[in-house]
Amino acid sequence: MPEVAVIDYGLGNLLSVRRGLEHCGATVTVTSDPDTILSAPRVVLPGVGAFAHGMAELRSQGLDIIVRKVVAQGSILLGICLGMQMLLDRSVEFSNTEGLGIIPGSVVPVPSTTTNGFSQKIPHIGWNNLVLPPGFENWEETLLQDVKPGEALYFVHSFMAVPKNPKHCIANCLYGGVSVPAIIGRNNIYGCQFHPEKSGVVGLKILRRFLSL
Amino acid sequence: MRKIRLIARLDIKGPNLIKGVHLEGLRVIGLPNEHALRYYQQGADELIYMDCVASLYGRNSLGDIIQNTAKDVFIPITVGGGIRSVKDATNLLRCGADKVAVNTAAVANPQLISDISQRFGSQCMVLSIEAKQTGPNKWEVYTDNGREPSGLDLIDWIKKGVGLGAGEILLTSVDREGTRKGFDIPLVQAVTQEVSVPVIASGGMGKPEDMIDAVLEGKADAIAMADILHYDRATLGDIRSAAITAGIEVRDFEYA
Repeated sequence: MPEVAVIDYGLGNLLSVRRGLEHCGATVTVTSDPDTILSAPRVVLPGVGAFAHGMAELRSQGLDIIVRKVVAQGSILLGICLGMQMLLDRSVEFSNTEGLGIIPGSVVPVPSTTTNGFSQKIPHIGWNNLVLPPGFENWEETLLQDVKPGEALYFVHSFMAVPKNPKHCIANCLYGGVSVPAIIGRNNIYGCQFHPEKSGVVGLKILRRFLSL
Repeated sequence: MRKIRLIARLDIKGPNLIKGVHLEGLRVIGLPNEHALRYYQQGADELIYMDCVASLYGRNSLGDIIQNTAKDVFIPITVGGGIRSVKDATNLLRCGADKVAVNTAAVANPQLISDISQRFGSQCMVLSIEAKQTGPNKWEVYTDNGREPSGLDLIDWIKKGVGLGAGEILLTSVDREGTRKGFDIPLVQAVTQEVSVPVIASGGMGKPEDMIDAVLEGKADAIAMADILHYDRATLGDIRSAAITAGIEVRDFEYA
């Protein structure tokens, strides 16, 4: 059975992430132990809440360094929601906060105005469809291999992770016409803004693909 | 338009799924986990668990039920009833809940709204409101599952709650709850006009078409439904079809 370490740094609904992965056939260890994390072939960085708080918790346990090591040694890493956002260089949430710097880019607010100039509700809460970003013809050979454009996943967030290199953005969703990165990726690293563990059968397809990478 | 969320609401007493009328005269329906799984498989967008007697007895027994549900149900779960502190909220979130809904304790101590919101984010803090009409376009906030009048005016309380950090409103009409007479549309309108956070309309859904008025006229962002599902008068598939026919955008769903 594929083994996964879910990093426990005090934030996020870890039980749901664990149950989702187990449902897809994984053996899951929820842990903050560096050796356990480094010996797992697949690692999940979950998270809910504020960027600065998440980074502070990671740093206080030295886990920022461990996550970078996970990437350097070629294990497969999946960041979920805040865990995705922290993969980037920095966030402007509250004050400018440095991230893990694993995928170049910044975390910025989801625009509170639609492309037509209407105001829209923030946070972005609910089910939204995945769309192919410009330059992508399909999702073959990615985490989304089993997902079709137009399938919906569950989002809840006020900030969004925007990679510097457009090629690192694998899927978007549209919120009030604004493109919001839904999945980002580079080499063995993936981040998803939605919650695959809360997105029904479509979310589980993505977790299954993660386990077979 | 954003996708309108179709939410199955499960009222709980002890280990049982129950249902009442006007939140009273509670009748046992069955086992919560079996119903939760069925609604998930039918394509519910979210679940709400509400412990109906928790405030009354000063306890909340939902932890075990949520943990069991989280084994095979992979959609967001909101839990309410008897949450009195950040610690209560923390425990329920650890059990697999994604959001907590607070009513009675927030009326007694509004600071609880900001405490939960600051600790877990406003998206996690659902303000649950039980409203009873007292005059034309006037409603009073009730607590303890519709038993106790609080003296608070609905609109004043909603503005205060959102100001303190509530990220969503679960709006239950005590007058319509369990009656199958349709939603209290003026009530839903009064609230959606006043706040910018998402509003879940609850109480009164008798047939799939009832949700159309709540969305198109009431401007509700989500619909909570209970006995229409519990008594199998309609499936979530029927309700989704009614929404699509009315031009309301909902999640495409196919259980595979």
